[in-house]
Amino acid sequence: MATVETREIRKHFGDVHAVDGVDLSTKEGEFLVLLGPSGCGKTTLLRMVAGLERPTAGEILIGGQVVNELPPRARGVAMVFQSYALYPHMSVFNNIAFPLRAQGLPRASIQRKVEWAASLFGIEALLHRKPRELSGGERQRVALARAVVREPRVFLLDEPLSNLDAKLRASARDELQQFQRRIGTTTIYVTHDQIEAMGLGDRIAVMQGGRVRQIGTPSEVYDEPADTFVAGFLGSPPMNLVEAADALVGFRPEHFLPRGAHGDAPDLVALPFRVTRVEYLGADRLLYGVLEGRFEGARVVARLPSTLSVAVAAGATHDFAVRGRDLRFFDRRTGLRTAPRGL
Amino acid sequence: MRGRGRRGPLAAGGRGGLGFLLDRPEWLGPLMIGPAVLYIVLVVGVPFVLALYYSVSDISMGSRTLGFVGLRNFASVVQTTKFQTSLRNTFVFAVASQVLVMVLGTGLALALMRDFRGKWLVRLLILLPWVAPISLGTIGWLWILDSTYSVVNWTLEALGLIGPDGWFMWLGVPHLAMGSVIAVHVWRILPLATVILLAGLTSIPQDIHDAAQVDGAGAWRHLFQVTLPLIRPIMLVAGLFGLVFAFTDMVVIFVLTRGGPYDTTQVLASLAFFTGIQGGDLAEGAAVALFLFPLLAAVAVVFLRVARRTEVV
Repeated sequence: MATVETREIRKHFGDVHAVDGVDLSTKEGEFLVLLGPSGCGKTTLLRMVAGLERPTAGEILIGGQVVNELPPRARGVAMVFQSYALYPHMSVFNNIAFPLRAQGLPRASIQRKVEWAASLFGIEALLHRKPRELSGGERQRVALARAVVREPRVFLLDEPLSNLDAKLRASARDELQQFQRRIGTTTIYVTHDQIEAMGLGDRIAVMQGGRVRQIGTPSEVYDEPADTFVAGFLGSPPMNLVEAADALVGFRPEHFLPRGAHGDAPDLVALPFRVTRVEYLGADRLLYGVLEGRFEGARVVARLPSTLSVAVAAGATHDFAVRGRDLRFFDRRTGLRTAPRGL
Repeated sequence: MRGRGRRGPLAAGGRGGLGFLLDRPEWLGPLMIGPAVLYIVLVVGVPFVLALYYSVSDISMGSRTLGFVGLRNFASVVQTTKFQTSLRNTFVFAVASQVLVMVLGTGLALALMRDFRGKWLVRLLILLPWVAPISLGTIGWLWILDSTYSVVNWTLEALGLIGPDGWFMWLGVPHLAMGSVIAVHVWRILPLATVILLAGLTSIPQDIHDAAQVDGAGAWRHLFQVTLPLIRPIMLVAGLFGLVFAFTDMVVIFVLTRGGPYDTTQVLASLAFFTGIQGGDLAEGAAVALFLFPLLAAVAVVFLRVARRTEVV
């Protein structure tokens, strides 16, 4: 086991700054998720840690040692690719054994270790098959077994669940986390899916434009976003942002409820809400509309849980409110979080 | 009645005469493949059937009779030392050149996969032998290997590797002559093999190479356990194609050595030409030319079966 650290790491492809000065440090045995939209540099960052891309500047440390000049095989990392990248001409057994053979282990111990890795993921019965004879979920397990078999210091996972269907993805997420907890290897996981990130990560690093915008636990990045990008990227629908005098005021759709639903909370901010459209999603209702009064014309969304049986009709104005402590304030110019203030 | 029937499809399709054809696959298909079929039948099919017939006849240039003689031509031709030498040379020439082409082609294709400055220029240079007319290129080689003007000998002497009396007779000494025709044939086939192998290499997803690197494979393990097994089907296609080509082609030998010295570079294709066309014995020439046909047909069948499963992943 080891920690991974990057110091002012950069990767430029010509004029494109894919990674633009990232300082990141994992804790021992941590599950760190790199989250961001397509093209934010998260995969490039992961590939630099793996040694598949050379940084333009900056340092990468694994277990306290600078590894910039080391080839991938000398870094003690294992990687699972989005496509799984199984060797199509080899059986499952040979796929899993490949990293061990590269290490030059004796035959008997290869046999033992492959069986151990296969049993971790319940794929003992598939060892003689070729990758093309496996389902998506089985291939993913083989890729994980191949990664785990040589007991790496660090796991790097590049969107390993994105090729699975929605149902399988939920169970795979669960298995992945249990497995990581059990072996306790430091893991860096790249995804653009915020549900995966929130569900799996000990901490999440939210990236945009080659930089880390915020790093923190799932509840920190969700509840206390560091800037308007993080506020707008996390949450579905994202945080409502309305313009106040010299600031942007943000509040989550699930905190924006009919006044009556708040009970007798002391610090309510009343916001008259003209609903233009109602989406019924089963567990929730999404209400789209515009604010009236103080923030006249601002477009916002409210998310009402189905347990709240208030009748809301499109076209009418309703009395909605947010608790003062659920409001977040951002600088209008920089988008950065600022101290709370009165409205 | 007839007039209405002719107007019908035009009115429905709303197009001219060509449009009518485009809308009727049962006409369009045969029409488009027709010229190619006709071409192959006339230029390949008819001569092939004629050759089959000639090989079991007693035809010769200048005679007006054409009698059936069974397999007598084959029986008499295989007994000659000229034929036996040519048969052995054919295998030496085809197998040696193909082995060289595969090894060099794989190396070149791997080198061309990498990014470097001037890559397009190198690719162009490598492709040049394939696009240049082969007789022209070979005549160039004839000068390069000439006993008096050879630029190779001149260079070797300038480098001090041979003396003024030590000039090689590239096309005049048996082993050197065979080596020379093989080298020129390799020069000629290499571009095509390289391009085919390059296509195979580019079809391997980058993730697989990345995985091999992270999994700890060194350069040799990566090459022999990942890259080469993945392009094996396409290597087979390139190899078998080149093999059939080397067995049946005689341009290089015809221009450079005409089979000499003392038939040491004579192959069956050139022997068939010299016996049948220049010697006038059409029947024996046909028999020589068709001798390897069963073997090559078998190679072609294997080739087609392999070509059908050339997907890499």
